[in-house]
Amino acid sequence: MISDAIINSVKNISSLDVLKIREDFPILKQLIHGKPLVYLDNAATTQKPKFVIDKEREYYEVQNSNIHRGVHLLSQKATMEYEKAREKVMRFINAKYLSEVIFTKGTTDGINLIASSFGEKFINADDEIIISHLEHHSNIVPWQLLCQRKNAKLKVIPINDNGEIIFEEFEKLISEKTKFISIVHASNSLGTINPIKDIINKAHQYNIPVLIDAAQSVQHYKIDVKELDCDFLVFSGHKLYAPTGIGILYGKEKLLEELPPYQGGGDMISSVTFEKTTYNELPYKFEAGTPNISGGICLGAAIDYINSIGIKSIEEYEKELSDYAELRLKEIEKLTPIGTAKNKGAVFSFILDGVHPHDIGTILDFEGIAIRTGHHCTQPIMDRFKIPATARASLAFYNTKDEIDFLASSIKKVFEVFA
Amino acid sequence: MNNELRELYQQVILDHNKSPRNYKKLETATNSSEGKNPLCGDHIHLYVKMNNDVVEDISFEGNGCAISKSSASLMTSIVKGKTKAEAEQLFEKFHDLVTGKISEDEDLTDLGKLAVFQGVREFPVRVKCASLAWHTLHSALKDENKIVTTE
Repeated sequence: MISDAIINSVKNISSLDVLKIREDFPILKQLIHGKPLVYLDNAATTQKPKFVIDKEREYYEVQNSNIHRGVHLLSQKATMEYEKAREKVMRFINAKYLSEVIFTKGTTDGINLIASSFGEKFINADDEIIISHLEHHSNIVPWQLLCQRKNAKLKVIPINDNGEIIFEEFEKLISEKTKFISIVHASNSLGTINPIKDIINKAHQYNIPVLIDAAQSVQHYKIDVKELDCDFLVFSGHKLYAPTGIGILYGKEKLLEELPPYQGGGDMISSVTFEKTTYNELPYKFEAGTPNISGGICLGAAIDYINSIGIKSIEEYEKELSDYAELRLKEIEKLTPIGTAKNKGAVFSFILDGVHPHDIGTILDFEGIAIRTGHHCTQPIMDRFKIPATARASLAFYNTKDEIDFLASSIKKVFEVFA
Repeated sequence: MNNELRELYQQVILDHNKSPRNYKKLETATNSSEGKNPLCGDHIHLYVKMNNDVVEDISFEGNGCAISKSSASLMTSIVKGKTKAEAEQLFEKFHDLVTGKISEDEDLTDLGKLAVFQGVREFPVRVKCASLAWHTLHSALKDENKIVTTE
């Protein structure tokens, strides 16, 4: 049993004015089943600050227009705002050029783009693609489809009982047949943070390009694509406090230049005749059709909002919050954490003796607590731990230690129902 | 506890979840079927021994939430000795119950103990938990021998 003194000493430090931050998120003020909302499903999607919501409203009230082709003022304004957002993303992840920042629908879209485009040009029969056992289905299925099309093979880096990839096994998987590595930065279901810098360095010794799935990391840690030296990196806007339906694919310019287009249509061309089409320059080559303009602009706004707090401050506070949550959950008898990596983010997957995760989810919902239950689109991980599902609490910087206390006491209530 | 929650997790349901009846593999089964709820990870294997048109014996194995497990347990208890047509009829009525198509003041006597699942109608996402065992039974009786999913 951990003493109250230790808990209080941890609880009383805070590097962020969370109560002030919570004022920025209108949704957090509401009651669920008559109780204050405790939103702990941030790995699924994050809530939106008023600043972003206002931006969306403003766009549709005074700027709405199609971009890139209009000569009228509104179109010019919309184009400018959209391209300004691209620049904000470029600075946020420290990309070298604007041409390296491609707007997508989200992480899944970005991975499919690369699997399709890179796969089409560079993957042949008997080639091998490496992923890890920690991948979300979105970083498994596009590669399986590619392997089926090309008769290539998918290789999977195994994990240990803590949910960490086994680096030596990764090294063993690399061969002259390896043509691509696609790996998650932070696991959505276990919270494990992969040693992506080491993976990229190792891969580059063999000239193998690497895609990083940053869907669960870009909102928590400073991402610097130049320093990482990753070849591609993808993430979703909606997990970064922006709306759904917008995401980013970063790619090194030289590589993107070599890839064939993904989808054909308007905006991605420079000239079209029935005989021949020449493609537009980067990044537009990969942005066919009218994009999610307000989504892009709001992603820019979300980045402005995050910058106003500081990603480093967010990282520090979330670490504090995670340490506290770990302490509190450890106290609960009959709770088994799933995913106990040394290097772990603000994600807590767990199971309770004798209570199915789905029942935990329903009972907590009646306390106003939103958590996720199920396989979290990572069935291979569930199979690895021989469980059908977990309950998962995932944190964001607007969560408080009081909410963690309430989660812990409410989990105890679950046992009262299932006594 | 909140009323809706109490309605959902009735004592009978909690009891059947804790000690499910007919929870075993039936070696003499003539029909069997598998059911899955991919989103929540519920999984049930149903074994049925038919004697002409009558469910002579029935059992199940599997993993799932309290609602799906107790539903399977109560279903196996109640359909034993019933004809195929009677079992299908019960399924229909049970489905109407959990989806809220039967109003509160209607007569639920022929549903017997299954009436405890009335609370499920307040929880649309849990309907598939409650009905998984029944869908699996439906498939076993038709001897379709395919995996049933409720998605």
